[in-house]
Amino acid sequence: MAQPFMKKDDDDEEADYSPFLGIEKGAVLQEARVFNDPQLDPRRCSQVITKLLYLLNQGETFTKTEATEVFFAVTKLFQSRDIGLRRMVYLMIKEISPSADEVIIVTSSLMKDMNSKTDMYRANAIRVLCRITDGTLLTQIERYLKQAIVDKNPVVASAALVSGIHLLQTNPEIVKRWSNEVQEAVQSRAALVQFHALAVLHQIRQNDRLAVSKLVTSLTRGSVRSPLAQCLLIRYTSQVIHESAGNSQTGERPFFDYLESCLRHKAEMVILEAARAITELNGVTSRELTPAITVLQLFLSSSKPVLRFAAVRTLNKVAMTHPMAVTNCNIDMESLISDQNRSIATLAITTLLKTGNESSVDRLMKQITNFMSDIADEFKIVVVEAIRSLCLKFPLKYRSLMNFLSNILREEGGFEYKKAIIDSIVILIRDIPEAKESGLLHLCEFIEDCEFTYLSTQILHFLGIEGPKTSDPSKYIRYIYNRVHLENATVRASAVSTLAKFGAMVESLKPRIFVLLRRCLFDSDDEVRDRATLYLNTLGCDDSEVETSASTNEFLFGSLEVPLANLETSLKNYEPSDESFDINSVPKEIKSQPLAEKKAPGKKPTAGLAAPPSGPATTVDAYERLLSSIAEFSSFGKLFKSSAPVELTEAGTEYAVNVVKHIFDSHVLFQYNCTNTIPEVLLENVAVIVDSSDAEEFSEVASKPLRSLPYDSPGQTFVAFEKPDGVPAVGKFSNMLKFIVKEVDLPTGEAEEDGVEDEYQLEDLEVVAADYMLKVGVSNFRNAWESMGADFERVDEYGLGSRESLTEAMNAVIDLLGMQPCEGTEVVPSNSRSHSCLLSGVYIGNVKVLVRLSFGIDGQRDVAMKLAVRSEDESVSDAIHEIVASG
Amino acid sequence: MELCPSVKNVLLLDSEGNRIAAKYYCDDWPTNSTKEAFEKAVFTKTQKTNARTEAEIAMIENNVVVYKFVQNLHFFVTGGEDENELILATVVQGFSDAVGILLSTCSRGQVDKREALENLDLILMCLDEIVDGGIILETDPNVIAGKIASQSLDAGGPLSEQTISQALATAREHLTRSLLK
Repeated sequence: MAQPFMKKDDDDEEADYSPFLGIEKGAVLQEARVFNDPQLDPRRCSQVITKLLYLLNQGETFTKTEATEVFFAVTKLFQSRDIGLRRMVYLMIKEISPSADEVIIVTSSLMKDMNSKTDMYRANAIRVLCRITDGTLLTQIERYLKQAIVDKNPVVASAALVSGIHLLQTNPEIVKRWSNEVQEAVQSRAALVQFHALAVLHQIRQNDRLAVSKLVTSLTRGSVRSPLAQCLLIRYTSQVIHESAGNSQTGERPFFDYLESCLRHKAEMVILEAARAITELNGVTSRELTPAITVLQLFLSSSKPVLRFAAVRTLNKVAMTHPMAVTNCNIDMESLISDQNRSIATLAITTLLKTGNESSVDRLMKQITNFMSDIADEFKIVVVEAIRSLCLKFPLKYRSLMNFLSNILREEGGFEYKKAIIDSIVILIRDIPEAKESGLLHLCEFIEDCEFTYLSTQILHFLGIEGPKTSDPSKYIRYIYNRVHLENATVRASAVSTLAKFGAMVESLKPRIFVLLRRCLFDSDDEVRDRATLYLNTLGCDDSEVETSASTNEFLFGSLEVPLANLETSLKNYEPSDESFDINSVPKEIKSQPLAEKKAPGKKPTAGLAAPPSGPATTVDAYERLLSSIAEFSSFGKLFKSSAPVELTEAGTEYAVNVVKHIFDSHVLFQYNCTNTIPEVLLENVAVIVDSSDAEEFSEVASKPLRSLPYDSPGQTFVAFEKPDGVPAVGKFSNMLKFIVKEVDLPTGEAEEDGVEDEYQLEDLEVVAADYMLKVGVSNFRNAWESMGADFERVDEYGLGSRESLTEAMNAVIDLLGMQPCEGTEVVPSNSRSHSCLLSGVYIGNVKVLVRLSFGIDGQRDVAMKLAVRSEDESVSDAIHEIVASG
Repeated sequence: MELCPSVKNVLLLDSEGNRIAAKYYCDDWPTNSTKEAFEKAVFTKTQKTNARTEAEIAMIENNVVVYKFVQNLHFFVTGGEDENELILATVVQGFSDAVGILLSTCSRGQVDKREALENLDLILMCLDEIVDGGIILETDPNVIAGKIASQSLDAGGPLSEQTISQALATAREHLTRSLLK
C-alpha cells in the first residue's frame, strides 16, 4: 500500500521540514493514475490532488496535454461519495480551467451536485460550473441558479450571487433576467447574501441612473444590516450625489443625512467608508466636513494600526484641499510621528507640513530631524516633497527649511532620495531669490563629495546658469575646478562647460578662467579636451580684451530649438556630401510616435513614386522626403507642418481614405491615403475631386492622381491649393473619390480590360487655425515668457459657457489652438475650481507664441477663461485671440 | 466603474518569505516571476514589523497590504490603492483566524508552517471559501472553518472527534481492501 505523504506525529522538529520536499511534477502526474483505479482510495486521491495543487500554487505549469490528462482523470473521482475528496475535485477543476469541449464531460456531474440535498455540494458546484461554463450552457442551468439565489441556505445563495457578479462580465443579458430573485435576496437576513445581492443588483442597473437613484433612495431608509453591504451602499450613494450635483444648486445636498448617520454606525469599516465619502464630496463645505473629521480624529488614537493608517491617510488627502479643517487634529497627529508603523508616521508628518502655519514650522522641523534618521528612503522622499511645498508656501521660512535640506543632503541616502533633495533645492533657488546664494553653496558642498555622476553634472549645469548672476561668482570657481581634478570624465567635461559659462558671462573672471581652461587641454579624455579647446577659441583667449559677443554666447549656451529626438534622426539620415548639415532642416514638431507607427503602412510609397528606402523614419521626415520627391510639389518650399491623418471614411467600408494636410508658406497640400479593401476589383486613375467653394481664399493649382490601386496595397493621390502667402486661411472642402473600377479574376489575379467609371462620396475636410500652429515645447516657460517681453502681449477674457469640467474646457481650447502644453500644466487636479495652463507653439512664419490660460469654474459649471498671449509679432498675438473668439 | 470592494490577492508566506499558498485575483502580476517579486517586496517590507496582536498595514507598489503574523506564518491581503483598509483587515483576520481554528484541531495542534504544509488541503479550501475571484465571500473565521471542517468529516461529526472518525475510516478502507484481494 502506498505510503501516505503526510507524516503524522513525527518527532523530527526540523524547521525546514516539508511534506513536499523533493516533489517533482513528473512523479506526481504518474501518481495521478490512482484516479483511474476501479476501487478508489479517497484519502490517497485527496493527497495526490493536494500535491498537484501545491505544484500549481508554487508557479509550476502544466502543458496542454498534461492538463487534459489530469482533468479527465479527475472527472473519474465524481464516482466517489467522499465529501472531502469531492471538495478537492472542485478546487482542481477550477484550477485547470478546462476548455469548452472538456467542460461538457463534467457538466452533468456538476448539475447533479447543484441539485443535491447537501448544501455544500450545491454551493460549490454552482461556483465551479459558473467559473468554467460558457453562454450556451448557462441558459440550461439558469433555472437552477435563479432558485439558488433565493435558497434559504445563505452559503448557496451567496455562491449563486457571487457567480452572478462574475457572469455579468461575460453574459450580462442572462444575469439581467434574474432581477426579481436578486431583489428578494437584498432583503435577506444573512449579512453576506445581502452584500452580494446588492452588488449584483447595482451592476444590473448601473447604466440606468434613475434606477440606481431609486435603489439608493429606498435602501438608505434603513433595511441594510450587513456592514459590507452598508459600505457598498455608501459608495453607490456618493456616486448618485456626484452625478446629481449639476442640477441641485440650492439647499441641502441629497443623501447627506444618510452619510452623516453612517458616521454613527457600530462597524468601524462603515464609519470609515462614510467619512471618506464625505471628504471626497465635490466642493465639500467645512460644515459638512466637521463630523467626518471628528470621527477620523478619534480613529487616530486607536490601538489598531490599520485604523490609524486609514484615518491619517484620509486626513492627509483632506489637508491638500482643506488644510484648515484638519488643524484640530494636529496634536493627535504629532503624537503619531513616533508611531511604530513608519507609513503612519510619514503620513502624519506630511499632513502636519500641509496644515502647519508659519509659526509652527521651526518646531516641526526639529521633530522631523529626529524622525528622518529611522525611515526608509521612499518615505524620506515624500517628506522632502512636502517640505518643498511648505517652503514655497512660506518663503520667509526658507532659512530653516534650506538648512534642513542641506543637512539631510549630507546624510546617507540612495540616488532617488538625493535627487529629490537636489530638485527641491533647485526649485527653491529658482523661486525664492533670497535663498539663491546659500542654496548654491549647499549644492557646491554636495558635489565635493557626490557619488552620483548624474547629479554632479546636473548641479554643474545649474551652477553655470545661476552662478555668474550672483554677487560674487568667483567663490564658486574653486568648487567647480576641483571637479576637473577629482572626478570621472563625464563630470570633468561638464565642469569645463560650467567654467566656460562663468568666463563668458563674467568679464572680470575671464583671464583666470582661461588659465584654468588651458590646463584642461592636457586632460586624458577626448571630450574634456575638445570642450576646453572649443571654449578657448570661441571665447577669444588670444585677445582677452574682446567682449564676448552676444552671438557667441547664444551659440555656446543658448538652448537648442529643436527636440533632441528629431535632431538625432536628422543626423542619422544625413549622408556625408558637399552640403553641410543644416540644423534649420530639423523638424521642430514634437512627434507622436505611436501614430507614426500605426500609419506606417498608409504611406508606403507606390511604384509611381521614386521610392525612398523606408527605414525607422518618423512621420515628419518621411513626409518631407515623400513630398520633395514629387516634382509638382517641390517648388512649394519648406514644409511647415503635416497634420495627423484625418479619416474621411467610416471604418469597414469598401474604400478606406484618410487625408494628411501639409501646410507650406503659400500652399496647402492634401495627401489622400487610399486603400482598396475589395479583393475582386482593381481601381485605376484614382483621384479626389475637391470642391473648394466654401474655402474662398484657396485655389487649386495641381493634382496628382494615382495610376492604379490594387487590393490591400495603399496608395496616395494629392491635391494642392494655393493660398495667400503666410496667411492662416481656413476653409471647408468637400471631397469625391473618382476612379475606374476593373474586375479582377481572383485565381489569376488579372484585371479585365474594360473598366467602369465610378465615384465615392467622402466626408468633408477642414483646414483650421490649429493647422498653422506647430506644437513646440519650452523647457522653462517662466524664463521664455519673461524673455519674450510684454511688447506684443494681448490679454482678454472669455466666457466658455457651461462645461462638463475644467479639464474638458481646457482640452477644447488646447485642441483649438493646436499648441503644446508645458510643464505638465495640462493636468487639472481633481476638485479644483480654477486652473492655469501654459502653452507654447510656433505659428506659421516661424513666430514663437506663448500662451497663459487661466480657467475658473463656478457652481453652475460656467467656465470663464483669461487668455494672455505673448509672441514675437503683434499680428500673431491678435490672430490667437481671433482663433479663440471665433472657435 | 468598479465599486464593489475587491481583493487583489491573498498570500500565506513562511518566515523566510517562501510561498506556502497564494491566490491572485487580478492581472497586475501576470507571470509567476512578477508574483514572486511582489511577494518578496511584501515580505522584506513587513518582516521587521510586529503584526502579531493586531493586523498591520503598508502601502506597497501602490497597493494597500494588510497583514498579520501567527508563529512562522505570515498572512497578507492586498487591495487597490483606494480600498477601504478595514474591509481588507477583516479579510486577513478571517483568513488567519480560520487557519488557526483548522490547524489547532489537526494532529499536532500547532499553528505553524509545518502543520500548514501537512494540511495544505485545508488551507487551499480556506482560501477558496474566503474570496471568490476577488469578491469577498465570507469573513467570519468560525463560519469559514465550519464549512471546511464539516466537509473533511463525515457530515455532522464534531470537530474534536475528527481524528477518531478518520482512523475509523482508514480502518474501514483497509478492511474492504483486504477483503477484495
